[in-house]
Amino acid sequence: MIQFDHVSKRYEGGFEALSDVSFHVAAGEMIFLTGHSGAGKSTLMKLIALLERTSRGNVIIDGRNLAGIKRRGIPAHRRKVGVIFQDHKLLHDRTVFDNVALPLIVAGVGHAEVRRRVRAALDKVGLLDRERAYPITLSGGEQQRVGIARAVVNKPPVLIADEPTGNLDPALSIEIMQLFGLFNQVGVTVLIASHDHRLIGRLGKRYLTLDHGKLIDGALHGTD
Amino acid sequence: MARTRGGAKESGPGILGRLVAWAGHHGHSLLSTLGRLSRAPFATSMTLGVIGIALALPASLHLFVDNVRAVSGNWDSAMHLSVFMKPDTAVADAQSLAGRLRARPDVHETRVIPPDQALAEFRAQSGFGDALDALRENPLPTVLVVVPGGSLTSPGQLQPLIDEIERAPAVDFVQLDTQWLQRLFALVAIAQRTILVVALLLGIAVAVTVGNTIRLDIQNRRQEIEVTKLIGGSDAFIRRPFLYTGFWYGVGGGLVAAVLLGIARLALEGPVARLAGLYGSNFTLSGLGAGGFVGLVAVGALLAWAGSWIAVGQHLDEIEPT
Repeated sequence: MIQFDHVSKRYEGGFEALSDVSFHVAAGEMIFLTGHSGAGKSTLMKLIALLERTSRGNVIIDGRNLAGIKRRGIPAHRRKVGVIFQDHKLLHDRTVFDNVALPLIVAGVGHAEVRRRVRAALDKVGLLDRERAYPITLSGGEQQRVGIARAVVNKPPVLIADEPTGNLDPALSIEIMQLFGLFNQVGVTVLIASHDHRLIGRLGKRYLTLDHGKLIDGALHGTD
Repeated sequence: MARTRGGAKESGPGILGRLVAWAGHHGHSLLSTLGRLSRAPFATSMTLGVIGIALALPASLHLFVDNVRAVSGNWDSAMHLSVFMKPDTAVADAQSLAGRLRARPDVHETRVIPPDQALAEFRAQSGFGDALDALRENPLPTVLVVVPGGSLTSPGQLQPLIDEIERAPAVDFVQLDTQWLQRLFALVAIAQRTILVVALLLGIAVAVTVGNTIRLDIQNRRQEIEVTKLIGGSDAFIRRPFLYTGFWYGVGGGLVAAVLLGIARLALEGPVARLAGLYGSNFTLSGLGAGGFVGLVAVGALLAWAGSWIAVGQHLDEIEPT
């Protein structure tokens, strides 16, 4: 589902964020991406969501080489990849419902269907009773759950999360990770970037480790 | 690769459903942009005021010229020739010439003014009565007034008729006193050209004003645009609310301009009626009319829409999620 072939990313100014990275994540797999800050985790995530382009090599998502997607095709690609951010990136002038509905509205889904799917997504993250609230009135963990509901509401086959628990205490972090596990169980391919080794260890999933832009020795670890 | 939960194509609502959703989104954009504008009444009315004034200026000049043309058009149709007979021509000879001219298709009416009558009119109107008494004989010739037919409206068209009348042996000369009218027409033509230039410049000003307002709006909503791009909003989707906002600025500006013109007309109505009264005319100022009103609002909307297009095209690409 997610495949990197000898991918390098060099930013303007010569800094190489990723060098010759290759790996493959099967459909329906849940995998972690670890490494110290600045190791290239965020860059790798950005390449998947087409927020950045590779300098060399190919990224293939759901059988589609991203190098072949032109500017006009980017929105359609992003609808297939649900993205979750450490800082949530919610719109604070809109209610929880409207935030979660946004991916459906940009995809041209009808009114009744939007209502049904948003409530289903909010129900899954346990925030159905807060649909009329504004994000600013929610706690950090709740805001992150709204972000997750928004990422999954249009049922993308791939879900990527960049440090989703970065600002949360351990108990909340576990809760959020369990939520990702639930989506994974119904078949979504999940890739989570995190530097929280203890948390990753407890979940017993495979993980990739980046160090200075390279996948280090024994790149795929884990119990699978 | 198994897509166990389905991808983007899952449970598509069909073409009709998508069309309804698309139209629904346009309608929603149209209303929500209006709502957003009304929630910032001060900023919105400032912008509308600027656009309104910029639109009202060329529109009022245009109306002014229209009214001048309406007035001078009346004079135009009253154009006539004064045919001065040679001295000592008998009134009867003048009358027979008048009869012959009246038979022509390009002559609408003729009137003979005998010297006695001309002298009496001159005495009454000029105030030179005493001086005229000092003259031993009447110096005025018989005059024939010829009103050309309706199809002859410009001095150029009248020239063949003038030449023909002048060939008559009893005629001294023919005078077409329309030079001042020609000069007025020339001035009106210059005014029209000037208005065109002014309208063009102010039209650009409207587009630039709206473009700049939209640019600020885009900057203020940077985060919203970033997030929308992030979750797969197309360029058209992101562009839409800004274009509708521009459209509303144009429509609102056009309405403001129409109101300003209405006020100006009310203010001028009294003085114009007084002036017309002094000339014994029942002329009244003509306003925009329904067609002019629709045109003004449509031009405003079009210019503002164009301005927003340019702003959106310039600045939306700059905002990319990171």
